[in-house]
Amino acid sequence: MIAEVGLAALWLAAALALLQLVLAFAGLKGGKPELLGAVRPAAVTQGILTAIAFAALITLFMRSDMSVLLVVTNSHSMKPWLYKFAGTWGNHEGSMLLWVTVMGVAGAAVALFERALKRDAHMATLGGQAAISLGFYAFLLFSSNPFARIAQPPADGQGLNPLLQDPGLAFHPPTLYLGYVGLSVAFSFAIGALLTRQVDAAFARAMRPWVLAAWVLLTLGITAGSYWAYYELGWGGWWFWDPVENASLMPWLAATALLHSVTVLATRDALRAWTIMLAVVAFSMSMVGTFLVRSGILTSVHAFAVDPQRGSFILALLALYIGGALALFGWRIGSVREGAPFELVSRETMLVVNNLLLTVILGLVLIGTLYPLMTEAFGHKVSVGAPYFDRIAGPIALALMVAMAAGPLTRWRKDRAGVVGKRLLVPIAIAFVVSISLSLFAWARIGILPFLGLVIAVAVGVASLAPLWKRKLLRTPLFTYGMVVAHLGCAVSLAGMACDSAFTVEKLVAARPGDMIQTAGWSIRFRQITPIAGDNWTALQADMDAGRGGRSVVIRPQSRFFASPPTTTSEAALLTRWDGQLYVVLGEEVEGGRWQLRIWWKPFVTLIWLGGIMIALGGALALVGRERRGWLMKWRAHNMTTEGVEA
Amino acid sequence: MRKLLIWLPLALFLAFVGLFATGLFKPDDRVIHSRLVGQPLPAFTLPAAASDRPALASAQFVTGKPRLLNIFASWCVPCAAEAPQLMALKQAGVEIDAIAIRDARPDVDAFLQRYGNPYARIGLDARSAVQMALGSSGVPETFVIDGKGRIAYQHIGDIRADDVPMILDRLKDAQ
Repeated sequence: MIAEVGLAALWLAAALALLQLVLAFAGLKGGKPELLGAVRPAAVTQGILTAIAFAALITLFMRSDMSVLLVVTNSHSMKPWLYKFAGTWGNHEGSMLLWVTVMGVAGAAVALFERALKRDAHMATLGGQAAISLGFYAFLLFSSNPFARIAQPPADGQGLNPLLQDPGLAFHPPTLYLGYVGLSVAFSFAIGALLTRQVDAAFARAMRPWVLAAWVLLTLGITAGSYWAYYELGWGGWWFWDPVENASLMPWLAATALLHSVTVLATRDALRAWTIMLAVVAFSMSMVGTFLVRSGILTSVHAFAVDPQRGSFILALLALYIGGALALFGWRIGSVREGAPFELVSRETMLVVNNLLLTVILGLVLIGTLYPLMTEAFGHKVSVGAPYFDRIAGPIALALMVAMAAGPLTRWRKDRAGVVGKRLLVPIAIAFVVSISLSLFAWARIGILPFLGLVIAVAVGVASLAPLWKRKLLRTPLFTYGMVVAHLGCAVSLAGMACDSAFTVEKLVAARPGDMIQTAGWSIRFRQITPIAGDNWTALQADMDAGRGGRSVVIRPQSRFFASPPTTTSEAALLTRWDGQLYVVLGEEVEGGRWQLRIWWKPFVTLIWLGGIMIALGGALALVGRERRGWLMKWRAHNMTTEGVEA
Repeated sequence: MRKLLIWLPLALFLAFVGLFATGLFKPDDRVIHSRLVGQPLPAFTLPAAASDRPALASAQFVTGKPRLLNIFASWCVPCAAEAPQLMALKQAGVEIDAIAIRDARPDVDAFLQRYGNPYARIGLDARSAVQMALGSSGVPETFVIDGKGRIAYQHIGDIRADDVPMILDRLKDAQ
């Protein structure tokens, strides 16, 4: 019964999306403005219906309803409840349902909370959102129905991929999707603005909070995903340039560029066409990413089912929406006036530099990700790996960091290069000191990129605090704090990355129980191997005492065996200290009762994710700061008019 | 110029769609092609792995007639599953030699006793040295060796019943 309720809700939501599109179109173009009144209720109801469908699927998974195909193929009654719950989206159909749910709820939010946009642009935006949703409803209902029943329910399910059986699954995909799909709102805004020819500062101010919110969630989702891969895969790496990771990075790069260009448009009414283009590109990257992941067209560690039929469905959607938006852009953008001009040395220019660098990185990541596909079209098989991305994107990212230090210290409209240089004097001096001391102590050991990374991280960290210099801290607006925290977060994250690649110590040993292992100042005593059992797995666990100087702590890396489906995973033992992490992986037994152990000491590696969280926090502060200012202004205006009436 | 620039994103995007479409509809080549195909067998001399079969050396493949070289092990379950197909090939007149990987003579004897013995000669590769030189990464694998001692084909995994005609064709091609 629950499955049928979910399916019915989904069909109804799809029908409402169609209605919403028709109403908006007829209202705006068909000369029936009275129809527009029904657009917002339709969007809200659609959001509620998708939420009901999603809740129905969660219920089916929680109850382990083995008459539903998706539950049979992806769940097992013995699983802990958290993984039954999170397993809802740990598969193709469930994650696509999450996708349309986020899209529906985001559309409802735009209908309910968007007040700044003019009415016709608002309606066109909601029409755009309905048009995109419609395609994804069709995809779900016609080729990936999550509620399909089976005639002969088996006694139990086939289980969830053990790599996914981790609390990370409960957090990473939903936040990532909220960000990913949240960008659809920016896309719809751009469509609405193009259709109604309203590309101006007011439009940018209306779009900014939606972009910020999506960007914050995307940042959190990527940070969480990176940490999850780091501790779960047991390879000690935090980013693998895997196509699926790139699929989440590319929308983030576009959204970051959009975030900055929308600020230029909101503040100075410049970069109109460019901002619209970025809004289209950001969500297009989300869709391209989904296509790459879901079609199985590229090989990846995120092994999803290879399915050309689904692949061609998404490709058709992609061609329709992205192609349509770009055609609309070409057709309409000519009629958008050029925005306000600005001088060469100005905040606007710095933000254009930021945008260009981000776009170049985006382009390089896109080319690297698709290159195997391009060469395969001509008959060669190649794979593009980390060395390409590190070497190509790394230096540009460092240049971007330098621009980030200078940007906030440059005035809007017009500034003098000498003055900006003077403001940067302290960071430059610090960069100088850091590079000299690094050269003295560690020059021979570290590569050029980590070296530059460390120097730039410290200098940018200092420079990012400079906008607060000599300001009354209590009267500084919250969104300025947001920018400072986010930029500081970039520096912190960069410092973590550079420390990890410059100073990580790796040791691979074959040790017997009783052995003592010394590495990077740590003494690790390997006491014994014990078999243990969990809810749905058994494991061999190594008991070790790790210490450096003082008291030692017990750490327990495991090699876990899951029966359904039969898989072995390694659970690394992580010991976090203020100055880094000890990372121990238990490998296989080798001859003579010895065990392979892989031990890393990673100085300051945790800064990578701390920085990521700071970036997201900065975005959240900026969002709250801007919105609160809007409320305050509205409240004051309201009070003034009521006072005027009383007088 | 500005006109052109405006339509450039759409043009680029359409090129990508074309690329995606070819990638999506071109059947994926999932067969691994050995780099050693066309190369002579690496030189080796192995001791006998079974009590009733002679030892094996690479020179013995230069007979003017194509032969199969089967890589197996007594501890390998798919190898047991493959045994009937090898017997069928033998009955079709194919000469088969074998290399037993990381094995012991009593175990090989027991294995052949139980699943049948289609082999003419069996060499024992106790440390996988020859297996590595052949570019073989697991058991079972089967090589078609032409009459001049060159590798004509490498079959990774067990030979299924429907692979048998294909293997016979490969042997015929290697003549």
